[in-house]
Amino acid sequence: MSDPIKITEKCVFCGACVKACPFGAITQAERKTAPVIDLQKCTLCGACVVACKFDAIWMKEKASTGIDLNAFKDVWVFAEQHDGDIQSITYELLGEGRKLANSLNMKLCAVLLGSNIQGKAQDLIARGADKVYLVDRPELAYFQDECYGNVLIELVNRHKPNVFLCGASTIGRSLVSRVAVKVNAGLTADCTELAIDPKTLNLLQTRPAFGGNIMATIETPASRPQMATVRHKVMKESVANPTHKGEISMEAIAEVLLQSKAHRLKFIPEVESTMNIAEANIIVSGGRGLQSVENFKLLRNLADVLGAGVGASRAAVDSNWIPYSHQVGQTGKTVCPKIYFAVGISGQIQHLAGMQSSDIIIAINKDPDAPIFKVATYGIVGDLFTIVPKLTAEFKKILGK
Amino acid sequence: MRYIVCIKQVPETTDVKINPATNTLMRDGVVSIINPFDMYAIEEGLRLKALHGGTVTVLSMGPPQAENALREAIAMGADDGILVSDRAFAGSDTWATSYTLSMAIRKIGTYDLIICGKQASDGDTAQVGPGIAVHLDLPQITYVRKIESLDEKTIVAERLMENGYEVIQSPLPCVLTVVKEINEPRLPSLKGKMAAKKAVIQTWKAADINGDPKCLGLDGSPTKVVKIFTPAPRKGGQIFQGDPDEFIPEIVAKMKDAVLGAAQ
Repeated sequence: MSDPIKITEKCVFCGACVKACPFGAITQAERKTAPVIDLQKCTLCGACVVACKFDAIWMKEKASTGIDLNAFKDVWVFAEQHDGDIQSITYELLGEGRKLANSLNMKLCAVLLGSNIQGKAQDLIARGADKVYLVDRPELAYFQDECYGNVLIELVNRHKPNVFLCGASTIGRSLVSRVAVKVNAGLTADCTELAIDPKTLNLLQTRPAFGGNIMATIETPASRPQMATVRHKVMKESVANPTHKGEISMEAIAEVLLQSKAHRLKFIPEVESTMNIAEANIIVSGGRGLQSVENFKLLRNLADVLGAGVGASRAAVDSNWIPYSHQVGQTGKTVCPKIYFAVGISGQIQHLAGMQSSDIIIAINKDPDAPIFKVATYGIVGDLFTIVPKLTAEFKKILGK
Repeated sequence: MRYIVCIKQVPETTDVKINPATNTLMRDGVVSIINPFDMYAIEEGLRLKALHGGTVTVLSMGPPQAENALREAIAMGADDGILVSDRAFAGSDTWATSYTLSMAIRKIGTYDLIICGKQASDGDTAQVGPGIAVHLDLPQITYVRKIESLDEKTIVAERLMENGYEVIQSPLPCVLTVVKEINEPRLPSLKGKMAAKKAVIQTWKAADINGDPKCLGLDGSPTKVVKIFTPAPRKGGQIFQGDPDEFIPEIVAKMKDAVLGAAQ
């Protein structure tokens, strides 16, 4: 097999491609020799092709998919529900989906799966959906990977959406990964920015990689639907408008698609009384500086006053001060709240990867050189055991609690 | 029982630095490691083998040097390693990657459990595990934090959800993706290291796995990266120190609107 990318004789040895390669895959031994591409490092991202002013880099074109892109219409949003409650990520997707649908001059549609869920379709219409595809079946009462996946695959094949968005939640990621493979769609994970390219009308999907150290913009040029999961709390929720009109399409589904090999035996809600950190607008996180499990109480007090979720660094979780589901960072959760308190957390890069896209970061640490201060909007150098109770009291005052 | 553990070699991300002159990632000299989540997948395979018997096969798709990751897994106790490596795979996105791994798994032939880490630390997609499941038409249990029971036909496992956990029962074979909570990966033993040195890692090319060329690499990847850039680094803000009674009211006043806006 010939190389999928090579530097041709048009090369003038300027070295622009060496600098452009984000993966360090291009090297130039001397100023007067052609650069060399290390194919083991190259990801065919094309950054060098764009950077080359002399059209000297040849990259293999993708084979045509033969798909008629015009056959795919509308922007779809998966309406995630738990026990019949529509999750807020759905409203964020409807808010963002509306902009995309307007740019494409297409309809915004929601897909709602559940049992006795019909009453919720109107909520989705009020939040901006022009059409709701509804599958109301007892088998869909709660999320199950296979039957939810089968139903979505069937609906995509039946109605051919152009764009299909889903929350980058546990459910969302487990579900649409199955759907995308089966319908031969491109799927981009955990997007933080979406836009329509005005020329090609492709969906531009921007997402963090390498723990947020780089951002990548991704397209699905030759196949449809263009599927993406979207990070929670990044997009703005659509506002409910009770006068917005939309249609509800009850979708019939063959029995066989509702069967699952795997079954949920039970669901055990978490005992920790605080809020799910993926959902929280404010998160109060604690680290090694808290010194003991008892001291987490300080954070819970502050969290209660603020209506916040409680998070933790890896060090706190590994010390068994709080369950793993609260861990923020590379091996835990990535969160994006409006306000993030880092209390007694030094700010290792793995932790920063999970929280540095928060709007406001408040760090409290006794070490003035702690790396957390490099990302903090407000950094407080001092003893957390003095500062946290004072902060709590002060917030209590202004919130009138 | 045969457990297949899918692993990926990734740069040790803590070492990824941005070159301020070129604004690109400096990857020279960056150590490659087994994706941290895959360490839990390997450990779980080894743990199940100790409890129920069987063999643990580690499988990776990547460049030739990914062989080192497979040897590391063998040093931990895995029985054998298979590397799927071919230039034809260059440019693979998660669609093509899960296809390629699924074809390699088909070639392996018999298996009961396929275990993956929940996601890789470089791409962070969490899409390849479920992708393998669909390509093989298998059930999946994602985000597994505990295996409650396993017998010849059935697995019962706990899946970590945002607001609690589910207990899921699935027939075998089945694909699992695991989270950190599931176990604590062991260190390689001396005996393991010796075995890893001697182990013969099989390398399979596109033709060996019967891969359909239009499903591989660039052609099999619906998505395309059109731009890579470094986000503007977050700048540190205001630092307060000294007497908390002086600056706390100031900070709280500054944050009042944000807090009221965010209060739930």
